[in-house]
Amino acid sequence: MAGKTLSEKIITEHCGKVVKSGEVVIVNVDLSYVQDGTGPLTVRRMKEMGIEKAHNPKKTVFFLDHASPSPRMELSNDHEFLRDFARKTGIILSDVGNGISHHNSLEKYACPGDIIVGADSHTCTNGALGAFGTGMGSTDVAAAIALGKTWMKVPETFLVEVNGRLPKGVYSKDIILHLIGKISSNGATYKALEFTGSTIDSLTTAGRSTIANMSVEAGAKAGLFRPDGETRNFLKAMGREEVFRELKSDEDAVFEKRIEINAGELEPLIACPHLVDNVKKISEIGQVKVDEVFIGTSCNGRLEDLHIAASIMKGHIIHPGTRVIVTPASRLVYLEALKDGTIETLMEAGALVTASGCGACDGVHLGVLGDGEVCLATQPRNFKGRMGNPNSFIYLGNPAVAAATALAGEISDPREVM
Amino acid sequence: MGKAWKFGDSISTDLIAPGRYFHLRSNLPELAKHVLEGARADFAPQVRSGDFVVAGENFGLGSSREHAPTIIKIVGVRAVLAKSFARIFYRNCINIGLPAITCDTDKIDEGDELELDMEKGVVKNKTKGTETTFPPLPAVMNRILQEGGLVAYIKAHKTLEI
Repeated sequence: MAGKTLSEKIITEHCGKVVKSGEVVIVNVDLSYVQDGTGPLTVRRMKEMGIEKAHNPKKTVFFLDHASPSPRMELSNDHEFLRDFARKTGIILSDVGNGISHHNSLEKYACPGDIIVGADSHTCTNGALGAFGTGMGSTDVAAAIALGKTWMKVPETFLVEVNGRLPKGVYSKDIILHLIGKISSNGATYKALEFTGSTIDSLTTAGRSTIANMSVEAGAKAGLFRPDGETRNFLKAMGREEVFRELKSDEDAVFEKRIEINAGELEPLIACPHLVDNVKKISEIGQVKVDEVFIGTSCNGRLEDLHIAASIMKGHIIHPGTRVIVTPASRLVYLEALKDGTIETLMEAGALVTASGCGACDGVHLGVLGDGEVCLATQPRNFKGRMGNPNSFIYLGNPAVAAATALAGEISDPREVM
Repeated sequence: MGKAWKFGDSISTDLIAPGRYFHLRSNLPELAKHVLEGARADFAPQVRSGDFVVAGENFGLGSSREHAPTIIKIVGVRAVLAKSFARIFYRNCINIGLPAITCDTDKIDEGDELELDMEKGVVKNKTKGTETTFPPLPAVMNRILQEGGLVAYIKAHKTLEI
């Protein structure tokens, strides 16, 4: 019998029988969560189901991160609705200011080998720790919260092997943008992506989480990394070393496809409006004036991302025609960036720093674009209207590109200022 | 029978249920007034109950927001026909009881009168006198859809065992 992929192993552990890709199975869910954009509907679906309690409230989290703090009374009422339900059921509430669900999940909740369902498409970020995290809608997550189970098809896996040393100015964001540009925004629909190779081994958990996060932008159900020494160190730093476990695909596992990427040949990449797979090399972009630079999100709002930006902006002043918004991914990231002087460096350069959360990326507050405006963002998506205005233009790039762009006022190659 | 509204490829959830109406997510009838506004401004004001959304590849990519298929259903759309769907959107459609049909949509034109037969797996184009078949849904999804969605299923059975 052939060996198993990481996905097949994790799902096998959660459904009481040995599975292989293609099967539809009912699995036990370890962690369920929602955010304030999807949570109110989740709670209403639970009420409609007639189950107004959580199967495991201590493994269920409501994150208030999308409109955070609330900019409108309707959203304040949604927040109150979620707080109230959490109080009544014992569900964990992660209130405004604590930051993005996925990053908090990596810090506090996700464990290697878990199955995690979240009512947010970027729940696949949990794959950075070797957890099978996947995004679902409110009804699915309502069922998972109520019953502790969900149904899923065991995905086939694309093995993405990344080898070589990342050149200066090139980061994990460029690896995943390269992949999405290559296979397109539906190139991995229904599939799991599994990342391996020497470059992946050398990435931090933060770097891996950027790749896991954007796996959904290629349509994938999950983006997985083998838990290793780096994973153990990350969990130890979070005070959770005991949840570490080793887990990997078998040598003879069956992969539907193998994709090789030579990291040494990559350069900083840009996803151009209005689709994430509209990927170009920064050298091909030409002159693009930028009104807003946004550094943050579940994709690139981690301490190391802020460090990259600060190292370029230190001692400089941002371009007078450009505003720079920095939104740390979580309270912990914010605190660490405060303590080590990163926030000071960014603010001295002229950036503004918001409370941690999803920030400008979801189009509801903290940096909504005006008509005709252009944004260079480190976020995972650039769909038309994403940042609250269908008449604006969003380019995506790594944190170094964002910082170089902030100084120049137009999309700029960070290699020239590093 | 209903009329076909044609859309292109890569219709994201940001076009179906735009983020600028985030505050209307707990007021779905109001949010539904803006359904698909980002892709076609004429759709929401003119769509009629029984009409069809007919699109290209990767319909519904992006966010997990179930509000997107829900407001398509609220305005009375009979089914979404597309060459392919994004995974979460597709699942959401099944869960809320909105048929999402994967089929060749190239031969359907704007305004064609369509009729859907879920049991036989066929879309009849009354305007052109043609038929497009589609494969049956996997058993689990078909069961959920037949019972009116996942909420109705769980309410009735109190379990997910399908």
